[in-house]
Amino acid sequence: MIVGAVGATPYLLLSALLFSIGAAGLLIRRNALVMFMCVELMLNAVNLSFVTFARELDDLGGQVAVFFVLVVAAAEVVVGLGIIVSIFRRRPGATADDLSVLKG
Amino acid sequence: MVEWFVFLVGGAVCVAGAIGVIASKNSVHSALSLVGTLFGIAVLFVAQDAEFLAAVQVIVYAGSIIVLFLFVIMRLGVDRTEEITVDPLTGQRTAGIVAGVLLFVGLGTIIALGAVTGAPSATAEVDLAVPNVEQIAREIFTDYIFAFEITSVLLIIAVVGAVSLARLRRDAFVDDVSGDDLPESDEVTA
Amino acid sequence: MQDLIWLIPALPLAGFAFLVFFGKRLGEPAAGWLATAAVGGSFLATVGVFLSLRGEAEADRQYTQTLFEWLPVGGLQVDMGFLVDPLSISMALFVTGIATLIHLYSIGYMHGDPKFSKFFVYLNLFVFSMLMLVLGDNLLVTFLGWEGVGACSYLLISFWHDSEANASAGKKAFVTNRIGDFGFMVAMFFTFSALGTISYTGIVDASPSLSTTTATVIAVMLFIGACGKSAQLPLFVWLPDAMAGPTPVSALIHAATMVTGGVYLLARMNPVIAEAATWIPWMIAIVGAITALVAATIAVAQNDIKKVLAYSTVSQLGYMFLAIGSGAYVAAVFHMITHAFFKALLFLGSGSVIHGMHGEQDMRRMGALRKLMPITGVTFIIGWLAIAGIPPFAGFWSKDEILLFTFAKSPILWAMGFVTAILTAFYMSRQVFMVFFGEPKWDRPLAEAAPELAAEREASGVHEGHGVGPSGQIHPHESSWTMTLPLVVLAFCAAVAGGLNIPIWDATKHLEHWLYPVIQFDEADLSVATGTKVGLALLAIVGAASGLLLAVLVYLKRRLDVAHKVEQPLFAKGWYYDSAIASFMGGPGRKAFDAVARFDKHIVDGAVNAVASGVGQGSAKGRLIQTGYVRNYALAMALGVVVITALLLSKAVF
Repeated sequence: MIVGAVGATPYLLLSALLFSIGAAGLLIRRNALVMFMCVELMLNAVNLSFVTFARELDDLGGQVAVFFVLVVAAAEVVVGLGIIVSIFRRRPGATADDLSVLKG
Repeated sequence: MVEWFVFLVGGAVCVAGAIGVIASKNSVHSALSLVGTLFGIAVLFVAQDAEFLAAVQVIVYAGSIIVLFLFVIMRLGVDRTEEITVDPLTGQRTAGIVAGVLLFVGLGTIIALGAVTGAPSATAEVDLAVPNVEQIAREIFTDYIFAFEITSVLLIIAVVGAVSLARLRRDAFVDDVSGDDLPESDEVTA
Repeated sequence: MQDLIWLIPALPLAGFAFLVFFGKRLGEPAAGWLATAAVGGSFLATVGVFLSLRGEAEADRQYTQTLFEWLPVGGLQVDMGFLVDPLSISMALFVTGIATLIHLYSIGYMHGDPKFSKFFVYLNLFVFSMLMLVLGDNLLVTFLGWEGVGACSYLLISFWHDSEANASAGKKAFVTNRIGDFGFMVAMFFTFSALGTISYTGIVDASPSLSTTTATVIAVMLFIGACGKSAQLPLFVWLPDAMAGPTPVSALIHAATMVTGGVYLLARMNPVIAEAATWIPWMIAIVGAITALVAATIAVAQNDIKKVLAYSTVSQLGYMFLAIGSGAYVAAVFHMITHAFFKALLFLGSGSVIHGMHGEQDMRRMGALRKLMPITGVTFIIGWLAIAGIPPFAGFWSKDEILLFTFAKSPILWAMGFVTAILTAFYMSRQVFMVFFGEPKWDRPLAEAAPELAAEREASGVHEGHGVGPSGQIHPHESSWTMTLPLVVLAFCAAVAGGLNIPIWDATKHLEHWLYPVIQFDEADLSVATGTKVGLALLAIVGAASGLLLAVLVYLKRRLDVAHKVEQPLFAKGWYYDSAIASFMGGPGRKAFDAVARFDKHIVDGAVNAVASGVGQGSAKGRLIQTGYVRNYALAMALGVVVITALLLSKAVF
């Protein structure tokens, strides 16, 4: 198998980086679909860290967790896109900024 | 040594894709960048002895979820370029970037400082001799069987939910509410 | 008998309570008889307790009865209790006695008044309050009575409150009294903080431990309180105006009882005054002497029959304060008792005259009334002789005693007292001659009989009273027995009360021996030769006689025509004291009040409003955080995560 001495830290740092990029993207973009993609990015970052820990701790539970995260992410995407479709039917060109009725 | 190489290449692809997601004007470009990231993640999974997951990642995530995204993008016509140079909310962009940076710095510091504190499992050690699929299958269908069943129910619910949310309503159905529930866009202004 | 102490104030209180609810139904005159019976019963109870107290040995002459714990608050333990010792029982005796007589008198005087029963409601309440003042065993019960009599005085002065002047007089009395009340309260607070107790027995026991400064402060504050209640120099303005009330009120409250409250307080607190600086008695004496003299000069020029008596009361109260200042507590109490008798008599007599003259109060319209109102005339003359200081009537003995002590303290003060005595004789004689002797001025129309009075009345738009007949005459008549009987009783008392304390032989100094346990601290030791005593007494008689003679010459025989010089405007207008106060309050006083009101409005209220508007503005700014945009909220959440990470890090690192 592939042998290396990378350890956990670089993978975790990468995971943190991807997560931060996803968070920043979520805050910056207005388009609903792009924001959703940023969420997926964050989920993937978390998956990566799970797998890293699984290898580090010699525990298969981490990989099982990733499996379930994947399933849930899929379900979530389905429902989320359904919502987006139904919103866009009413208001084509809606962005996240259109929800401002609760302005104080 | 090899793993380092793999890690660096995979990592670079991931990061490049991530930046592409958040920085593209065109949402189709964002989706494709996300595909790149997902492939990079899959490579990294393989590097960490999680072959099954790598395969699942490519099939499910890159193969179906992104396709779904692209379906919706095309359907709704939001592939038009979005005006991203100016943010209508003042300060949001800088604050967002600052928040992201600070988040990374914080997390990074925690990672660098903290030792990995978990304890190895007694029941689920990774045995590199046995194929990964078999091991994961054994885990899912014994220890995590309940979660497995629940997630399958969840998938069904998701399907039903998506269908009911996204269907077109027609006036012919007797038990239908007249019109959609959403108010007209010009009624809801601040 | 000791257990019946509570009956003394309880009976008038019961009378008050009953009459409040059923007085109107009882109507005239049953309400009056009930009230008189209540106070009469109180008098009998007082006599019973007095006899029982007399039976005790001198060292044991002190009964206390505690009804209930009134204020058990931390270190302050105040009970509703009564202290019966020689001083308080003496005061209770003449208060209840004179009050009974005046209640009887009022039945006749207030005949026909639509608010008949309400009058007796207030009178009974007043007697109750006065008894609480006198019988209380601590400063707070006395203060309860003090305030009560002040309130009743207000209610009774403005009894006929349809007239603006009467209502104002009541307010003036109340406000001026209030200034005194402030002094009393502060004295009470200081006493408590210095001695830890406000009960009289406690004060007597603990007073040697008072530092001179504290005792001086307490004494000054008590003196302010006494000035307010007893109408001494700066605060006497309310008493002449209080004559707007019905005459029985003037007799009871403003002659015999309420105004003696101040003297009683100072006598009660004499242990504290003994510990105070030596200038305190001087201050009391000087204020008393000046008040006596000034009030006497004003009385000389008054034409209203009641105003003369009002200023006379102020003057006699000045004598009592002069006595206290000279260390003659017994003489002060003695004069208080004799004054109560003859002043009440004089007031009731003047009320009888007013009643007989169908409401006319100006003396220039009276004259030669002694034939038509014989009983009133004779009793009034007895009262006159008493106040003028003609032996053997009561006034001579008490006034002489005071002047003796004053001479021992300071000849100047004695001179002031002596001149006041002459003036007292003069103006009282003037009053008697104008009212009861000389030519009648009421059997002709007003313009003929008393031209200046007619001119005055025309100028101020006052019309003739309803008692005036068709051809401008008044027909005076003697009053009913309910009014003349009290006059007779009081005349008897005024005649013989001197026997209480004839100072010539030790055996006859009954009052002094009686009061000894209470007043022992401060009674000045008199080391005056007998020759001086006799000489001063003779001088006093000569002075009184000369005042009388002068009045005879001016007003009866009309030999000397100095009336106008004597009755000069300075005296008639009360040394312009009232108008000075009015212009001060209207001028600089008003400016000060407005400044305080402005301060309150802008700074005090402003501070509160500023806090409120500050909160409003702060929240208006804070409201802007709610932009309504989801992305802003997401940003806030992200920043929150950053903060938590930082916190975790700081915990881990440091």
